[in-house]
Amino acid sequence: MKLTVQDRAVHVYTGGKPFDPALPCVVFVHGALHDHSCWTLLARWCAHHGFGVLAVDLPAHGGSEGPPQPDVEALANWLLKLLDAAGVSQAALVGHSMGSLIALEATARAPQRVSRLVLMGTAYPMQVSEALLATAQADPWRAIDMVTAWSYATIAGKPSFPGPGMWLHGSNRALMRRMQAGCHDLNLFHHEFSICDRYRGGEAAMDKVACPVSCILGRADQMTPPERASDLAAALEATVHAVPAGHNMMSEAPDATLAALRAALT
Amino acid sequence: MPGSSDPGFDTLALHAGATPDPATGARAVPIHLTTSFVFENSEHAASLFNMERSGHVYSRISNPTNAVLEERVAALEGGSGAIATASGQAALFLAIATLAGAGSHVVASTALYGGSHNLLHYTLRRFGIETRFVKPGDIDGWRAAIRPNTKLLFGETLGNPGLDVLDIPSVSAIAHEAGLPLLVDSTFTTPWLMKPFEHGADLVFHSATKFLSGHGTVIGGVLVDSGLFDWESSGRFPELTEPYAGFHGMVFSEESTVGAFLLRARREGLRDFGACMSPHTAWLILQGIETLPLRMARHVESTRKVVAFLAGHAMVARVGYPELEGHPSHALAQRLLPRGCGSVFSFDLKGSRKQGQAFIEALKIFSHLANVGDCRSLVIHPASTTHFRMDDAALAAAGITPGTIRLSIGLEDADDLIEDLKRALRVAQRTDA
Repeated sequence: MKLTVQDRAVHVYTGGKPFDPALPCVVFVHGALHDHSCWTLLARWCAHHGFGVLAVDLPAHGGSEGPPQPDVEALANWLLKLLDAAGVSQAALVGHSMGSLIALEATARAPQRVSRLVLMGTAYPMQVSEALLATAQADPWRAIDMVTAWSYATIAGKPSFPGPGMWLHGSNRALMRRMQAGCHDLNLFHHEFSICDRYRGGEAAMDKVACPVSCILGRADQMTPPERASDLAAALEATVHAVPAGHNMMSEAPDATLAALRAALT
Repeated sequence: MPGSSDPGFDTLALHAGATPDPATGARAVPIHLTTSFVFENSEHAASLFNMERSGHVYSRISNPTNAVLEERVAALEGGSGAIATASGQAALFLAIATLAGAGSHVVASTALYGGSHNLLHYTLRRFGIETRFVKPGDIDGWRAAIRPNTKLLFGETLGNPGLDVLDIPSVSAIAHEAGLPLLVDSTFTTPWLMKPFEHGADLVFHSATKFLSGHGTVIGGVLVDSGLFDWESSGRFPELTEPYAGFHGMVFSEESTVGAFLLRARREGLRDFGACMSPHTAWLILQGIETLPLRMARHVESTRKVVAFLAGHAMVARVGYPELEGHPSHALAQRLLPRGCGSVFSFDLKGSRKQGQAFIEALKIFSHLANVGDCRSLVIHPASTTHFRMDDAALAAAGITPGTIRLSIGLEDADDLIEDLKRALRVAQRTDA
């Protein structure tokens, strides 16, 4: 589905069914150098089980026009405007990694518009090592390889994603390379990891969240280790679901992640 | 297996896509010889059919043993995923049929395996898919052959029969300028010698019957996608970017940015054409891949010794191996194939068809048969077998002489192979022309 947000075309995946704003809405927000397709299985399940689904391509990702937004706060504003464009008054926000910070900040900015908040592969602060940022600046392709290796707990994630026969490391690497190559405004990898690293609005945002919160964390997550989400989860009084996976749990442990999401949405 | 980069080639060859079986603890990959898989309940069944969950339903579409092979080959190639097929021919057909239909056009190298040429030149034409053949080194020819209805460019890493090295960087650049993918048959090189995706190819397939299996026991193929080709931007592939009525109106490029091609190939091609791989075959190919790095190194090492021997023999007019300076692809081979040019090559005997036959029949270690990439050394004399209907003029047009011999160097002691060849050359020399 195409929407227009801030005069720019935005692509939104609706889970294989036409979007119905009358249904309870779930908004999926992807992480750095990803797009809507990291949500395919979860989005399809929600769309076929009574939810209206908006799995967005953030600006300068996938089918959405750039330029990239400058920081997490701007992305949160953009997300709320996207709800307006879709005719949605209230939604559950589900964010992964950088997307979890966007979802948290958007919830804080419009608490009445968010029915549930689901933070996946999250941490606060979401510090990024200087070494990774330096590599991202100098050699983003090498940085993509590094992040891909760190984002999975195994080299045999089953039953794979979105179906058998997919090599998860290769799929993630290809997706990140395409997002990086498709952005002509700036070094998207460095920009997005930098805005995660710079985001300091978390404490203030946590104070404003009024809805039920769930955290879905990969037990073997090297990017955002579960212990780095503990303060966040405690402050938000979140229900924590631990799944047997690394950072990219939606693809590495899709069934366990679906079970956790179902619990978080009900 | 976390680290700051993926494991190396040898580790991936042993481990990618496989962990100890969670049900039994079995360390080796189990062979899942089952047609189908039990659903937990009706909701689970519906969600599998509707791609709300990942999993196996029926072994024509996917199977856990095959999935290990698919992930492993994709990992070794640096791709996003793969599909195992009944043969290399099935992999080629699956690739073309996923992208092309009646009214479509393919641009292909002239230097192809005979089976691939038959498919493109005769069989697909009957179904409305035309092919224009271009000499692999004619870079301008590749560009000129592209039409508005062209769907892909296709060549072999090492072309048949002369081992022309495909200039993948140049040909892929031409393909991409036109919004087209480059499909490469990488059977002769395997990812140990070359990873075509690193040079710009978009799709790769193997006859896994050959080096991947390596033991001459099974027929199989694998089709791999890099995940990097942008089907949406190309605008030439409604099969991937518009709703497919045959699968719930699915738009494959929407469902998976990097897996659109493989989704369609599996959910249409495997489902409807049915050329799937047996799980037992997948297991045997996995056994082969575990030692692929060791075998390829030995194949290349022995081939170099045999090539050196033949190149210095008085009865040999020419050895066609790209590592030799006189080969037309020598410079390209140095750039794209630094680890070696494989173990299949041809040489020309100074002699007649009769002498060629005498040479073949005198060999004791080399097996006379129509295959390559076995751990055993193989030989064939095209003029008396695959091309026996051709007269000498027709043979010449195909780049074959009455004395052309094709060898596939196996894993025996190289000294024994050279002794065998030496003896057979002596016999050929003493045979009346």
